[in-house]
Amino acid sequence: MANKVIYAVYDDPEQLKDGARKLVSSGIKVKDVFSPFPVHGLDPIIGIKRTRLGIVSFMFGITGTALAVLGIWYFNIYDWPMNIGGKPSFHYYQNVPAFIPVTFEFTVLCAAHGMAITYLIRNKTLPGLPARNPDPRTTDDKFIMEVRTADNHGHSSEEIAGLLRQTPVTEINERQC
Amino acid sequence: MHAESAIREPLILGHKTYHDITNDIVGPIENKAPRGWYILITIAGLIAAYGTGCILYLIGKGIGTWGLNKTVDWAWDITNFVWWVGIGHAGTLISAVLLLFRQRWRMAINRSAEAMTIFAVIMAATFPGIHMGRIWMAYWVFPLPNQFGSLWVNFNSPLLWDVFAISTYFSVSLVFWYIGLIPDFATIRDRVTRPMMKKAYGILSFGWTGNAKAWTRFEEVSLVLAGIATPLVFSVHSVVSFDFATSVIPGWHTTIFPPYFVSGAVFSGFAMVQTLLLVMRKVMHLEAYITKKHIEYMNIVIIVTGSIVGVAYITELFISWYSGVEYESYAFINRATGPYLWAYWSMMTCNVISPQLFWFKKLRTHLGFTFFMSIIVNIGMWFERFVIIVTSLHRDYMPSAWTMFHPTWVDVGVFLGTIGIFFTLYLLFARFFPVLALNEVKSILKVSGESYKQQAAQHHHH
Repeated sequence: MANKVIYAVYDDPEQLKDGARKLVSSGIKVKDVFSPFPVHGLDPIIGIKRTRLGIVSFMFGITGTALAVLGIWYFNIYDWPMNIGGKPSFHYYQNVPAFIPVTFEFTVLCAAHGMAITYLIRNKTLPGLPARNPDPRTTDDKFIMEVRTADNHGHSSEEIAGLLRQTPVTEINERQC
Repeated sequence: MHAESAIREPLILGHKTYHDITNDIVGPIENKAPRGWYILITIAGLIAAYGTGCILYLIGKGIGTWGLNKTVDWAWDITNFVWWVGIGHAGTLISAVLLLFRQRWRMAINRSAEAMTIFAVIMAATFPGIHMGRIWMAYWVFPLPNQFGSLWVNFNSPLLWDVFAISTYFSVSLVFWYIGLIPDFATIRDRVTRPMMKKAYGILSFGWTGNAKAWTRFEEVSLVLAGIATPLVFSVHSVVSFDFATSVIPGWHTTIFPPYFVSGAVFSGFAMVQTLLLVMRKVMHLEAYITKKHIEYMNIVIIVTGSIVGVAYITELFISWYSGVEYESYAFINRATGPYLWAYWSMMTCNVISPQLFWFKKLRTHLGFTFFMSIIVNIGMWFERFVIIVTSLHRDYMPSAWTMFHPTWVDVGVFLGTIGIFFTLYLLFARFFPVLALNEVKSILKVSGESYKQQAAQHHHH
């Protein structure tokens, strides 16, 4: 039997969440959901784990701090200490208050850009990539749930569609894959 | 779903559906631009062209073409720089600080405020660039390996802190803005039919799908970027104020400068947002999204920050007397009563007295008055920087060197030019980019939309 993809179209995020709850409680795996804006509370229903991008940002941030400290120490303390009005310039710890602003800015720079680049790569959103949403209406006003028969061997596509019809779904589209 | 108190005024007026929001925002991008847009961009473009000519003349001839002299050796260039950076503070404040405070009214205004921020910071960055005189050596501000005995930049200098602060602020604001734009470009991509537009918005939308995991990541990135952009906003104008505060010129050498500059920046930034949004909501028919309540909220921010600025001015005056330092007191007496008293009192009237009128609800909800005040505040904030910079310099320790500053046509032309370039960029943004954050506005529709709130209230009563 050929595998099928079922797209259940909803008009409202709350109704989609009800539909997803219904399928999941019947033991059906929801592959994905496409929506025009984030649907809060959906992730635990369809089993999406929390993103680790926050940790990524922290790692990039402390890398930035370390690079800034190392760089400033090398430029202004080790390689060429400058005499600025006789202020202490021979030890990093004596000079550090004046180095805080740049260290902070560089930390933010690395944390923000490192996270942004990771985000774009992980989402597979980069310049020139084609659109991959199943229906152009998902970026306007439709909320679409994707269910694959390949993920749900115990259930036929008719059975899944039958369950979906018990929820306030507006359209059910099937495609071979 | 999250319920909102019935007492809160709706943020989206009338009965809108998700599709109506798409239509209202994407429609103007698909259709022909109104004639007013062509007229405005022609005027802005001509001023921009004249300003670009002045900048090129300045680069060709050198900064001797400015009205600077041996005593007043820093004037309009740095005034304009600080003015533009200050204006560039509202966008990130709205999108980052108000995001952390979960203020829903930010959603209708953050996109255009961030665009304004980015363009204002570009204008600000122009000034240190052209002020160097030899702009082709601008890369010397970065710590690059070199052949001059390996001479590095000075990390003790606030001017170098500025380089890092402004470039970080600009690039992080740009990324924050663009990440929010990607899903909205996808909405345009999936809707337009003209092949050229479809291709262009297809490239801009980076192949956005809007699947559940992408949105989870989107929200995490927005939250973390807001979290790190918030201290960044405050640090940028603090660092700008250090340019003055760490020097030993009477009138500049003040510990109050960082908070005073930051609130002044927010003050002028919100005023510029008002100037632009009041015109945009009318021309693009966005009255349902940018409501009177939004305007009122922004006016409240203007009262708060304007009052902080007022307290700062008075504190400065008091401390100059209380310090007992003769030169410090003279700097302030000279500001208020010397030859630049017209500038000082313009600043005081525009920034301290006039925003207090917003205590009257009638005035702060009046659109025409708000527009007038937004211009007044921006004039006042330009004078603030002019007063701080020029009046502190023009009478130094040696009376024989006392002088006045007279701008030349190049000073004026460069300043007007940046205003022209700023408005040209903003008009292009308003024409081709989604001016509201579609995905964010849609997400609050059923919570803060007028008709949904009424339904909920009726439901509650029966």
